[in-house]
Amino acid sequence: MKYLSEFRDSALTKPLVAELQRFPARPIRIMEICGTHTMAIFHHGLRSILPEGLQLISGPGCPVCVTAAGHIDAFVDIAQQDKVRVAIFGDLMRVPGSNGSLSQAAAHGAQVEMVYSPMDALELAEKHPGELIVFLSVGFETTTPGVAATILEANRRETSNFAVYSTHKVIPPPLELLLADPDLELNGLLCPGHVSTIIGAQAYQTVADKYQLPCVVAGFEPADILRALIMLLRQIHEERYEVENGYNRAVTWQGNQRACALVDKVFIPEDSPWRGMGILPGSGLAIRETYSQFDASKRLDITMQDIAEPKGCLCGEILCGKFAPPDCPLFAKACTPANPIGPCMVSSEGTCAAYFRYGEK
Amino acid sequence: MCLAVPMQVIEINGSEDDFLSQPTALVESDGIKKEVRLDIVDRWPNLGDYVIIHAGFAIHTLDPQEAKTNLRLLQEMAAVTHGDGETA
Repeated sequence: MKYLSEFRDSALTKPLVAELQRFPARPIRIMEICGTHTMAIFHHGLRSILPEGLQLISGPGCPVCVTAAGHIDAFVDIAQQDKVRVAIFGDLMRVPGSNGSLSQAAAHGAQVEMVYSPMDALELAEKHPGELIVFLSVGFETTTPGVAATILEANRRETSNFAVYSTHKVIPPPLELLLADPDLELNGLLCPGHVSTIIGAQAYQTVADKYQLPCVVAGFEPADILRALIMLLRQIHEERYEVENGYNRAVTWQGNQRACALVDKVFIPEDSPWRGMGILPGSGLAIRETYSQFDASKRLDITMQDIAEPKGCLCGEILCGKFAPPDCPLFAKACTPANPIGPCMVSSEGTCAAYFRYGEK
Repeated sequence: MCLAVPMQVIEINGSEDDFLSQPTALVESDGIKKEVRLDIVDRWPNLGDYVIIHAGFAIHTLDPQEAKTNLRLLQEMAAVTHGDGETA
């Protein structure tokens, strides 16, 4: 068992495609919440084999895309401070704020380093003792435990020149907001795989019950996504609304409680701004007072400003499933991956970037 | 950004109950080797186990039994269609 090739095998996927296509044509709207699913669905060409009437709508699960313009400006502000070096995940580099992007700040002399892991940012602090290393931290439940562990490690090592600017978010609050909107008319949710590795399939029980909505947790290989879609369509046709786990090799009902406990030790829920959705109560994570020496917002006294989103950009509406990228007047005209206006065109997981890359109009 | 990949554990440094230094593992996939942290993994892996890696951390130890069940369920779902004589 290699845990990858088995789930890409066409001997498995071909009959699953046939099974999926046997469902009778009828209008069905399923939201894939996670940006990694959006990418995988495009990458494997799954949109071209869907049964007639089945529409896949991308949701708010791309962390870079939902980061509010005000937070992007705060990132740039931090990067421009004296004796500060910021570390980021690569996707953030080119997201434009009202004062340009981190990439532009770097071109004007700001120290910006792309890292693969928050631990790499901590190692930078050892390498540059004369600077404050600030990890500009975005991410959902999958990413937050590693950042919590990194802060605990910094505390253990007593590293004094390391801090984190947390814009971490949790996925259930925007789901609640979207599902409360009757115009969205969703028939099912394709639930994120690795977020669920941490929070467990149980996390969707509330929305399944409250909105009588079928929810299926899915993996990222073609066979996983096909299976999850079949499970959703079966529920929809049988008028069931349950939480089912289609990714049981990586997701349990309860999730990774060790990781959740670490997150809880370091972070405390706070209200957080989402692009296109406004401030959602309890949807963000701030660093607890106990670890305030590692909290960049306190150390550098950063206050986030409420910044308007770029003029004409429909990222916010696209993240809420209200519009598809081609509905945006800027899409593929003023806004392209080479010259992005909104974050959905920047992030490799952004819906606009996926539509552009795979030529969907 | 929630991309995470399964990699095989080929070396473990440290132990589960070591509170002074955090344990790491050397993991491998297709010849690529990487050192990852085990701070947040749900189940302590054994040598040869596969773990799911995200941003330098193992977030889940894959259970071979669960994975086999997962694959069997997929095969069963695929077999339904195949058995009906659909072109597969």
